[in-house]
Amino acid sequence: MIAAILVMALGAVILGAALGFAAVKFRVEGDPLVEKIDAILPQTQCGQCSYPGCKPYAQAIAKGEADINQCPPGGEEGIRKLADLLGREVKELSAEHGIEKPKSVAFIDEQVCIGCTLCIQACPVDAIVGAAKQMHTIVADQCTGCELCVPPCPVNCISMEPLAEDVESWKWKYPVFTLTPASKASA
Amino acid sequence: MNNSPFFLKPTSVQSVMLRVMAALIPGIAAYVWFFGAAILVQLALASVAALAAEALMLSLRGKPLTLFLTDGSALVTAWLIALTFPSIAPWWLTVFATVAAIVIAKHLYGGLGQNPFNPAMVAFALMIVAYPQLMSQWPAAGNHEFAAQLQAIFGTRTIDAIDAMTMATPLDALRTALHSAEAKTTVAGALQSSTASGQFGGKGWEWVGVGYLLGGLWLIQQRIITWHMPAAFIAALFVLAGLFSLVDSTQFAGPMFHLFTGGAMLGAFFIVTDPVSGATTPRGKLIFAAGVGLLTWVIRTFGAYPDGIAFAVLLMNITAPLIDLATQPPVFGHKNDKGQTP
Amino acid sequence: MEVSGIHAHPGQQGICMKTLRRLFDFHGGIKPDYRKESSTGDPITVVSASTSLVIPLHQSIGGPPRPIVCAGDRVLKGQRIGDADGNVSSAVHASTSGTVTAVEMRLMPHTSGLSALCVIIEPDGRDEWMPLQPFDFRAATPTQTRDYLRDAGVVGLGGAVFPSHLKLSPGKQGKLDTLVINGAECEPFITCDDVLMRERAEGIIKGTALMREMLAAATALIGIEDNKPEAIAAMNQALQQSGIAHIEVVVVPTRYPAGGAKQLIRVLTGIEVPHGKRSTDYGVQCFNVGTAYAIHEAIDLGKPLISRIVTVAGNVGQARNFEVPFGMSMQNLADRCNPRPDTDRLIMGGPMMGVLMPAADVPVVKATNCVLVGSPKLFPPPPPEMPCIRCGECAKVCPADLQPFELYWFSRAKIFGKAQEYNLFDCIECGCCAYVCPSHIPLVDYYRFAKSEIWAREKEKTSADEARERYEFRLLREEREKQEKAAKLAAKTAAGREKAAAAIADAEKPAETPEQAAKKALISAALERARAEKASVVPENTGNLTSAQQAEISAIEARRAEIREMAKPHLPPDD
Repeated sequence: MIAAILVMALGAVILGAALGFAAVKFRVEGDPLVEKIDAILPQTQCGQCSYPGCKPYAQAIAKGEADINQCPPGGEEGIRKLADLLGREVKELSAEHGIEKPKSVAFIDEQVCIGCTLCIQACPVDAIVGAAKQMHTIVADQCTGCELCVPPCPVNCISMEPLAEDVESWKWKYPVFTLTPASKASA
Repeated sequence: MNNSPFFLKPTSVQSVMLRVMAALIPGIAAYVWFFGAAILVQLALASVAALAAEALMLSLRGKPLTLFLTDGSALVTAWLIALTFPSIAPWWLTVFATVAAIVIAKHLYGGLGQNPFNPAMVAFALMIVAYPQLMSQWPAAGNHEFAAQLQAIFGTRTIDAIDAMTMATPLDALRTALHSAEAKTTVAGALQSSTASGQFGGKGWEWVGVGYLLGGLWLIQQRIITWHMPAAFIAALFVLAGLFSLVDSTQFAGPMFHLFTGGAMLGAFFIVTDPVSGATTPRGKLIFAAGVGLLTWVIRTFGAYPDGIAFAVLLMNITAPLIDLATQPPVFGHKNDKGQTP
Repeated sequence: MEVSGIHAHPGQQGICMKTLRRLFDFHGGIKPDYRKESSTGDPITVVSASTSLVIPLHQSIGGPPRPIVCAGDRVLKGQRIGDADGNVSSAVHASTSGTVTAVEMRLMPHTSGLSALCVIIEPDGRDEWMPLQPFDFRAATPTQTRDYLRDAGVVGLGGAVFPSHLKLSPGKQGKLDTLVINGAECEPFITCDDVLMRERAEGIIKGTALMREMLAAATALIGIEDNKPEAIAAMNQALQQSGIAHIEVVVVPTRYPAGGAKQLIRVLTGIEVPHGKRSTDYGVQCFNVGTAYAIHEAIDLGKPLISRIVTVAGNVGQARNFEVPFGMSMQNLADRCNPRPDTDRLIMGGPMMGVLMPAADVPVVKATNCVLVGSPKLFPPPPPEMPCIRCGECAKVCPADLQPFELYWFSRAKIFGKAQEYNLFDCIECGCCAYVCPSHIPLVDYYRFAKSEIWAREKEKTSADEARERYEFRLLREEREKQEKAAKLAAKTAAGREKAAAAIADAEKPAETPEQAAKKALISAALERARAEKASVVPENTGNLTSAQQAEISAIEARRAEIREMAKPHLPPDD
């Protein structure tokens, strides 16, 4: 009886020590979760998630403070990827945070712009160039389409233009399954 | 309108399946010659049952009926079931097995192209486990009495009548002799005493095997199957049987016996080669078929069932995805790198 | 497996010696119905522009060229109308003389049915060349030669339209073993290279010799499939007559896609160039025979690339080859061959890899090797798609040694990572797999879909990373500015107080009150600061310019003015 208990205890100690050793020896210096989440987020920095940027939202998700369905620019695809990463259920995009829109870029009507620099200050990625009393313009390549520059404009000269598809950005479509009706198929 | 390529080779799943069925005909002809026309009845039974089950499942799954019914895949499954079952098995056994193959092994897994297990072999395994007695009543060679065979298939089966027309298959005979309590039975002795022995395989069965072999070679010539699987299967069976019979010819049957009894030839060219449930890379095919050959010999020699092809195929089916993963051929330009292939 | 090919080697005294060259085999491939005979009966017909030409600016891989003409300009044949945008780009030229009527968006010869910027030229019928000047490349540096070819608009004419000047540098070692000239032309129906070799072999040989010299290649091998005996004979004869050494015509077995650059390199040299690697790193480079001819014309004659040989075949009364100025409508071209009434589509390229045109009036471009006239009878719609039965036919014919059905499963399931792991990007989209598939699965469509999705995602990823970087930099800058502001403020107050105190001390005697003195001191300090600041913010990049920089700036200014001028007519009318 005592021998059995001792044997079990000894086994427990040895295995415990082995596990402890392995935990120290083979510790995985894991990619911090925040980075991984941030890599999935679209980096529009739009704040629609109610956090000041993508990184803060990533931190909030990592801490469990925010849900994964608060990012409209990331859309369904983004939610799916986050769910995959975090092992959670895929959810509908939360309606209070916005809806998924086609990717667009801001456009400044240069005839109307008065050069107030308010949009420049609002742009999270410095994609607007211009100076006080000078016409402003958007560097379309760098614009993330976050819309943060739209409300500050005092003369409403900024509009969002959906990105049109051109020959370069055109994508092949998912092949359509063409199943002819059963009656015709035998022919 | 479709994209390039704008013209296609005139080929179809249907033509592939039809040619497979055509390749079975020499074997079937030999079957009829030696064992009577009962097999034709079984083929018809299985075909009708398979088409009915297929139609039912297709309509339940909302798939186009004509397109898939005419693809021939259900018929190939049906024919393989009929050819692996005793030709005087009761009609319901064949029908039940065929329906199980089509409904469970094929459509419940997603239909054509999706089944992980060979449907015909699933049916065989199911029935040999459920009805071992019925599955081992094989017709005797040279017994052509069609009326009696029909009686066995559709009528009441009296023990006397069945006994009169059946005969143990060579594999059965050998197993019974070697496993019997009476010691010192040798392979040679058992085979000599058995009426089931032929010139180089089982009596009658050897010529059916030759028929399958011819059909199989034609399939290779038609590029429906590649040489890899039949060659690896036959080689594995031949080498194993050869080695062991060299070591102890009294306890282990020789390679020719193994290759020309039971379902060896049918298996080599028509069952192991099922592309859906087998390995697909050239090296993978060799490994897969050699595995089937090895397991077949092991089950035949040491196992509880007389023929092991069905179980061997099912076991190897499980490993097929893994074999494929491990044997991805090197890609153009990457042949000299290490670790390029996934 | 190796096969031997007979090739002719011109002897010293023009005696043709037959020797055996070791050839290599590539995996897979198919033997489709070639149907090439119908279009080789007639000689090349040179077509001159009669109706307006629509010349797309973007006709090659790389950046879209910038237009340098505007509506109303008169242009001469061969005059440059689009400037290469950077080095990875290629210029575009007027293919006839006439008047530019517009620079606007027009339908492109592209499956998407989208438009891009084109220069529309109304021909004046005179076909007047600009003054032509041969280029003495021996007197020029390699960079100058490459710039010249870029500005002459020479791109690969096999169909990929990769700018040729980018391929004309010998790579790391400074020399090549083999220059491969591709005259295999393996796709059914297409015979433009075949007739070019029959009729203009001399130019091809000259172009080959030029490229061999530029690339410092030991030998040049011209690979031609054995189903073109006339072309082989013509090329051998021209080679013999030219007396140029180190060039060989090698006959290769006919099998699709032996004309794929990688496959032909493999057949001729045994070298397999992996995806994403430069072939020059393996000591080989490959050009199409049409490109060799274009290089000969550009260097020896000074002619930029403004036309090419185009096969018109398929559902037509008389299939033929034309030399077509770029910008001509495909409809116009097809009409010259009596298309049959049941014609329902035009295809640019061959039946295996060609692209369906969104409309018949799209222009002929540098990539147009063939205008294939289609009909439901000639190219029937594919039978209904069946599930994959993993029969492996596709793997047997894949010239890239891929497992196409695995790629199909992953692409269909949108598991793009796995598709890439199974080397999706090694796929050359030759269509062999789809051709043999008994289930009639449009396999290549799945690969195209997966590839373009992966590219789009990668692009998205890069722009997201860029946005993140810019955002983080902005945060950093804001933080820094805040700190600087705070520091400045602290320093300012401290300095102000000190100065005020000093002023007070000084001003014990003068009549000024201490408050006045302090204020004065503060003001002068502020003025001082402002002056200092003004001095320090003199823009740094405009001072101390060399004369070269100054010249560059004025050139840029001039160009800007030009563009402004050019942009004027295209500006939308003001509301």
